[in-house]
Amino acid sequence: MGRITLQQVAKSFGTTEVIPPLDLEVNDGEFVVFVGPSGCGKSTLLRLIAGLEDVSGGTILIDGEDVSNTPPAKRGLAMVFQSYALYPHMSVRKNIAFPLKMAGVAKADIKKKVENAAQVLNLTEYLDRRPGQLSGGQRQRVAIGRSIVREPEAFLFDEPLSNLDAALRGNMRLEISELHQSLKTTMVYVTHDQVEAMTMADKIVVLQKGVIEQVGSPLDLYRNPANLFVAGFIGSPAMNFASGATAQEFDATTIGFRPEHLKLSPEGGDWTGTVGVSEHLGSDTFVHVDIEGVGKVTARADGDISLGYGDTVFLTPDRARVHRFDVHGLALR
Amino acid sequence: MATKQSRSAARLMMAPAVFLLLVWMLVPLAMTLWFSFRKFLPLRGGDLGFVGFDNYVRFISSSSFWPSVQTTLIVVGSVLLITLVLGVLLALLLDQPIWGQGIVRILVIAPFFVMPTVSALVWKNIFMDPVNGLFAHLWKFFGAEPVQWLSQASLPSIVMIVSWQWLPFATLILLTAIQSLDSEQLEAAEMDGAPVLRRFWHIIVPHLSRAITIVILIQTIFLLAVFAEIFVTTGGAFGTKTLTYLIYQRVLESQNVGLGSAGGVYAIILANILALFLMRIVGKNLDA
Amino acid sequence: MARAVTNQRKIINTVIAWAIGLLIFFPILWTFLTSFKTEATAIADPPVFLFFDWTLENYTEVQERSDYFKHFINSVIIAVGSTILGVLIAIPAAWSMAFVPSKRTKDILLWMLSTKMLPAVGVLYPIYLIFIELGILDSKIGLTVILMLINLPIIVWMLYTYFKEIPHEILEASRMDGATLKAEILYVLTPMAVPGIASTILLNIILAWNEAFWTLNLTAAKAAPLTAFIASYSSPEGLFYAKLSAASTMAIAPILIMGWFSQKQLVRGLTFGAVK
Repeated sequence: MGRITLQQVAKSFGTTEVIPPLDLEVNDGEFVVFVGPSGCGKSTLLRLIAGLEDVSGGTILIDGEDVSNTPPAKRGLAMVFQSYALYPHMSVRKNIAFPLKMAGVAKADIKKKVENAAQVLNLTEYLDRRPGQLSGGQRQRVAIGRSIVREPEAFLFDEPLSNLDAALRGNMRLEISELHQSLKTTMVYVTHDQVEAMTMADKIVVLQKGVIEQVGSPLDLYRNPANLFVAGFIGSPAMNFASGATAQEFDATTIGFRPEHLKLSPEGGDWTGTVGVSEHLGSDTFVHVDIEGVGKVTARADGDISLGYGDTVFLTPDRARVHRFDVHGLALR
Repeated sequence: MATKQSRSAARLMMAPAVFLLLVWMLVPLAMTLWFSFRKFLPLRGGDLGFVGFDNYVRFISSSSFWPSVQTTLIVVGSVLLITLVLGVLLALLLDQPIWGQGIVRILVIAPFFVMPTVSALVWKNIFMDPVNGLFAHLWKFFGAEPVQWLSQASLPSIVMIVSWQWLPFATLILLTAIQSLDSEQLEAAEMDGAPVLRRFWHIIVPHLSRAITIVILIQTIFLLAVFAEIFVTTGGAFGTKTLTYLIYQRVLESQNVGLGSAGGVYAIILANILALFLMRIVGKNLDA
Repeated sequence: MARAVTNQRKIINTVIAWAIGLLIFFPILWTFLTSFKTEATAIADPPVFLFFDWTLENYTEVQERSDYFKHFINSVIIAVGSTILGVLIAIPAAWSMAFVPSKRTKDILLWMLSTKMLPAVGVLYPIYLIFIELGILDSKIGLTVILMLINLPIIVWMLYTYFKEIPHEILEASRMDGATLKAEILYVLTPMAVPGIASTILLNIILAWNEAFWTLNLTAAKAAPLTAFIASYSSPEGLFYAKLSAASTMAIAPILIMGWFSQKQLVRGLTFGAVK
């Protein structure tokens, strides 16, 4: 079981309030991603759950038990750090065995568990190497191995992929997702990368300045962002926004429309614009268009569209899928 | 960034070190202060009561005080000057590519590891002895009258011994500082057509200024406390009585603890003024 | 990028540097050579440099006449003992300051250093008195404690600078892995800091070995380490150059060798990290 409940949890460093009181529920077996720009308090929140920081207020429950004052070692959680935080003076085998050794597990059991984990993570042939002799991806797997042998209530990941290059990041993303499918253990994952959030999460928690902006499934957040911040943060390329007269037409202060919900046409449409740079990705083309009275927007078009710089195009938004926001930036439904 | 638990553990683990140093600092200091206000002659009647600032006045007005201050200033000043000038030159030389650099470095820093009593004795006897010393042989070889080093030129002799001990320290620190100088900066200056001397004054010296300040402060603190070199060579005779040595003689040789303690308080105040400057430099470098 | 230098320049630099290096080293070299001469050769005029009948009799005689070995052991016990004791007290303190810094950490560190600046002569009599009261005058334990106290600030300081270089996250990882504070320090921090701890130990053994104020003033026959033992050679009647040289060579050789190994750490240790 690994249900984590935060009740009115708050954190201040000195007089600066980093996280105002917030509530959150992480269900057993769920893959929850905390996402937000750097400095939004997502890592702090994770460290509060881990017990590496004290809460300034509120309570943290794990499976209904108050752990707010329990030291990290006794919370039954495992954590994977951004820098991997492997013990450089120990072999891979000893690194993975360390939590078991601390828990006083019998030597034979340790050996068996370490070898199992190594097999699952493709580390068997590296067991006797030092972390310094491994590649970034291998180190990351050792860090994961170290956390799975303990069979924790929940895994905590603190931006585990940000030190890897793009190709490797894609692979590791899959590996972690698969690990979650096979272990069915609760995972709390912190990232600033909304692509990681969208692709891995069961539930995304969007944070800004320590405040939870929205909680929901990836598609829920994508389709129904609760406010301007979430709308702009989730989705790539980002949602286009327009205000002023264009928005008033929709009875809103601001409207937002995703690049894929814009129809591009050389003949005619609602808006007239000038083509800027076109980014050809093969499957899609993202066209940057400067629309008079609306501003610069990005539109998704077919892969084989061919528009020249400075050409005139016409765009029509899918009216049913236009997001409307009020003066406070909140979504109007 | 830590939890309450680790913070209280931290306080607990720091306690022994802090406590020991606190005791080490406060107890003797308090006793010295106490003695300095009393007439205390352990061998001639013991503690003869409170005398106010008498000891402080007597220490300063004694005929040995000003000569000892002068001697101290000469020793500290000369050693600083010698070690800094030679240290900079040596550091510049050792920074150049030479064959056997590692070995030369080892030769140069070796004196620092020689215990003060050994270096004082070796210099006193094997080199400076007016009959059998190496210098005496050398002087005689050139037909000159051997010098009675430690009686006729006592202060320069001591300055020389102490400089020999501290030159390695200055050199090593200045060399480390020079090596951290970006050679591109020098090359840029060379490209700009700055001649050698200008490059030295405008790039190397400013870069070294912090290291030089540190050498001055640390050496001053140690040089003020020079003891074994005088104890072994002249025993404070022939005008080599520094402030430290004078205090030592008052306390242990003439057993006038009150007077010596007053001198000790002066020494502590002096050292603290210097320490304050050093602390500010070290503190600036500390991002704790 | 090393700066290009002509070979001619390099030769000149090499000659000058070696000449100066040998000049500075000469007193040590000469002492070493003299220790193998007979007393007559030692004071011969003109001096003999290398070509004499090498003898070891000075070494055996120094040992027989004055029980050199006892003082050597005293030095070892006092220097190593005070350093180990200091390191044991300093490791937890340095852990606290490096990994759980508070607003006062910097002040405490600087205050510790300031105790190092206290002129010894200013507190000579109180310490002397305390030692008599406690009956530890001329005892190894007394000197060990004093030398530990005067070097403790440097030990704390050096360990602190080494610990600071160890990533926080690794210690946090060990906490997440279920390590207690003791396990964290024993199995994670200490092994990772071994190079730093080793150089701290090395430098402080050197400093303690060569300390010559307290060792001269607080010991007599019984606990005198080499500093005090050598000083006893200063009385003119017992003066023999070759034997003095032999005793000196034995006193400085171990430290010289350790010193050469620790020259890099020396700068860091003696400038409290202000010059790296």
